[in-house]
Amino acid sequence: MIYDALIAPFVDYGFMRRALIACFALALGGGPIGTFLVLRRMSLMGDAMSHAILPGAAIGFLIAGLSLWTMSIGGLIAGLAVAFLAGIISRVTALREDASLAGFYLISLALGVLIVSTQGSNIDLLHVLFGTILSVTDDALILVASIATLSIVTLALIYRPLVIECFDPAFLRATTGGGTVWHFIFLVLVVVNLVAGFQALGTLMALGLMMLPAAAARFWAGAVWSLAALSTTLAFLSGFAGLLLSYNFNLPSGPSIILTAGLVYVASILLGTRDSVRTRYFPRAHFHD
Amino acid sequence: MKPVPPLSVADLTVAYDRVPAVHHLTGSFAPGSLTAIIGPNGAGKSTLLKAIAGLVPLSEGRIDGANGNIAYLPQLAEIDRSFPITVIDAVSLGLWREVGLFRAITGEHVKRARAALTAVGLGGFEGRQVGALSAGQLQRALFARLMLQDAGLILLDEPFAAVDERTSADLMQLVEGWHREGRTVIAVLHDLERVRESFPETLLMAREPVAWGATANVLTPENLRRARYVSDAWGDAA
Repeated sequence: MIYDALIAPFVDYGFMRRALIACFALALGGGPIGTFLVLRRMSLMGDAMSHAILPGAAIGFLIAGLSLWTMSIGGLIAGLAVAFLAGIISRVTALREDASLAGFYLISLALGVLIVSTQGSNIDLLHVLFGTILSVTDDALILVASIATLSIVTLALIYRPLVIECFDPAFLRATTGGGTVWHFIFLVLVVVNLVAGFQALGTLMALGLMMLPAAAARFWAGAVWSLAALSTTLAFLSGFAGLLLSYNFNLPSGPSIILTAGLVYVASILLGTRDSVRTRYFPRAHFHD
Repeated sequence: MKPVPPLSVADLTVAYDRVPAVHHLTGSFAPGSLTAIIGPNGAGKSTLLKAIAGLVPLSEGRIDGANGNIAYLPQLAEIDRSFPITVIDAVSLGLWREVGLFRAITGEHVKRARAALTAVGLGGFEGRQVGALSAGQLQRALFARLMLQDAGLILLDEPFAAVDERTSADLMQLVEGWHREGRTVIAVLHDLERVRESFPETLLMAREPVAWGATANVLTPENLRRARYVSDAWGDAA
């Protein structure tokens, strides 16, 4: 019974196995990156960036149809362009980075929807916006897995400056003469992981598997490494549970996965061991010496 | 600690939006000297420290002898106190020049970090979260980090501004210790009593240097009145 509900779909169907592996790879890269997005208060910037990918993917689609590689490269170029432009504008003008990013991503998103809707069918638009995790190809799996590997290795390399830049940016500037380079490397990682996620979950929900588990982990874990490990675990479990929901109740897979992650997030807000609603309103007695 | 070169500034001007904050400053800090920088608000004291630390571009003039071997404590630390990091990890950031991106933090390093924490009176706080420290305890932790940086030139911008009397007395002892070890220490201060008591040299500035030398010769009523006057005159012009 339990086997039928939880295991059998993955044993019986190749597309379910592929989807599960894609979720695993996305969780490996997205967990730590989402953790840093939350710690750097960049959640909404991540959201903006995920929308900015759309026109690039759309142009890729125009050139070669539903091709994994052209759409990914297009999305990558568009995402990086918006991230760098926003970063540069905020450093040379008075506009703050969040405002300049919002400006660019709105232009980018409108352009993307325009391209897809004038040149393709609505089915194509849905495909780009919401992804197709149940029809992940071998190529897409290799791409997603490669991006996960690249992300983890790069994060390991820039871990120290990244942590210092979150915790005490002035110290990093004074001791190493700059934090901008680490910031941009991190932005590149965010964009690359969003491109990986959009293959499976679409541009609108790619961020979900990165952001929701990381935000949920904040209510349980108290160190950077444990936050990253927990958000990876939660992301994978959300993917697993979401796929089963989608299979057993015949629901669209992307929203099922993200809603599962959302459920974990809400439960963590309410029940987490750190600064959650529960600890706020039902505190344990404080220490008496 | 590496030997400390003399630190000299020559005709230094630093301007924000063309309004000079430090204006034609010339002079030098002897190796191993302990100098207080005092002056009214807006006199360019913090800007001078930032210029020495290499954090603001110079509009004119030169700074010599300020390369690399510097530890700088800003006035308002931009520290994110909600960041999940333990006290010993935060203090170990002071080892950056030794360990950089990849080198391991050895047992020897950990021992030094613990010793620094004990020296600032935070022994036993290693595993606490930084967010749980009080303002005074955080300032002590930042002093421990300065100790690990092991720099020949130490710049302190109002190090005692937000801490109580006992903490500032403890921290002042550390500063005097650094002075005895032959490090050059420059501190921006407002407490003239403390300057008279503990700092052999003083630079009194109001954008331009008003007086620079032995503290007793600098802190005269006449000089202090002039500093106020110069500052007010600039305020009217700008």
